[in-house]
Amino acid sequence: MRNLITFIWKNYFFFLFLLMEVLCIYLIVQNNYFQKASFVNSSNQVSAMILKASAYVEEYFYLKNENEKLAKENAELRTHSFVSFAKIVNDEYLVNDTSFHQKYTYTSANAVNNSTNRRNNYLTLDKGTKQGIKNNMAVITSTGIVGQVKDVSENFCTVMSLLNSKTTISSKIKKDGSYGPLTWDGEDFGYATLHDIPTHVQLKKGDAIVTSAYSLTFPENIMIGTVESFVRKSGEYFFTVRVKLSTEFKKLSHVYIVTNILKQEQEELEKKSESDK
Amino acid sequence: MLNEILRNIFRFCLLVCIQVLIIKNIELGRFINPFIYVLFIIVLPFETPKWLLLFSAFTIGITIDMFYDTAGMHAAACVFIAYLRPGVLKLFSPRDGYEFGTQPTIQYLGIPWFLSYSSILIVLHHLILFYIEVFRFSEFFSTFLRVIISSIFTILLVVISQYLFNRKKEQE
Repeated sequence: MRNLITFIWKNYFFFLFLLMEVLCIYLIVQNNYFQKASFVNSSNQVSAMILKASAYVEEYFYLKNENEKLAKENAELRTHSFVSFAKIVNDEYLVNDTSFHQKYTYTSANAVNNSTNRRNNYLTLDKGTKQGIKNNMAVITSTGIVGQVKDVSENFCTVMSLLNSKTTISSKIKKDGSYGPLTWDGEDFGYATLHDIPTHVQLKKGDAIVTSAYSLTFPENIMIGTVESFVRKSGEYFFTVRVKLSTEFKKLSHVYIVTNILKQEQEELEKKSESDK
Repeated sequence: MLNEILRNIFRFCLLVCIQVLIIKNIELGRFINPFIYVLFIIVLPFETPKWLLLFSAFTIGITIDMFYDTAGMHAAACVFIAYLRPGVLKLFSPRDGYEFGTQPTIQYLGIPWFLSYSSILIVLHHLILFYIEVFRFSEFFSTFLRVIISSIFTILLVVISQYLFNRKKEQE
């Protein structure tokens, strides 16, 4: 105790200074609303800044979970979205709440394997029969189409990518609806070829190409790409269009598997008509 | 000795009056707020006891605060420079120390010494004062500009007042 007093006495100048400064600050904080408010405020700012920084770091650890959650949510939203419902045409009356019925459902999936550099490219997704995946289902991403489910195992499925010699997708020019088959020529994974577009169609670079309604697998109006260039080969009456694909196949990770609920019905009907011939 | 105390009390009153009656009422723009009363702390005699130094600085600060309605801000800045004053004096001391009976003024130690000594204290004072007043970092640079410009004006006024007040002494 005596030592303490001696210490304080020796350094009285400093302690006196400290005491006075504390007194001043007390006076400032006490008597001035602005400083009073900002004293609390600024300490809040500091703590908020620290918390924000720590949350910013922490966020990365949950990024994966968060992504999956979002993808799931997106799939759910797409299921409820307008394009997933086909209109019931009713001659007699139309009631709004039953005027749509669901045609497509979406399941989110992760690409666990992907290739773009072969002639016939396949993807592997982490969803299979357990999740209700069947073959020939469509696979899309938020930016465009990906391909068609080819084989399904219990927990996985392989997808025949658009970048495959066997893939043909019925597509149309969005602005006027003229349609044709889209194939991939195996050269550049950024481009595909659309055939059989009639020459009267006024094509422009940048015109959107979307899926047509004639496909059993793909919903209508899913983005495929844009017109890059078009040629009319000699002796042909059709344009051959080079299409810049909107899907970035090199970067695929989250995709959606599309289930066409009415597919079976349509198929059975078509089969029946076919056999009746 | 008594004479010295009386002189300082007189100087105290005079500087407070000049500060709050004249300078406070002169609008020189947002960036120019000179505080000439700091001169009181600067020119206190070398022999002033340290506790008295702090107390007198606190007193003049709180007096100015009363007029400026800034409870404690000027006092905090004044006490701060009073605390640093012995250190700064030591930093600029001549090789064989300050002569007894002299004062830290231009008359005794010349302009270069006085300028460097007073500028340090004045800039520090203004720095503390303006940052306490603003009390946030978002206006850091505009406040800094205020500190610099106001300090220059204060230094100018302090030097001028030195010549005005102590002319008599030279004649003695």
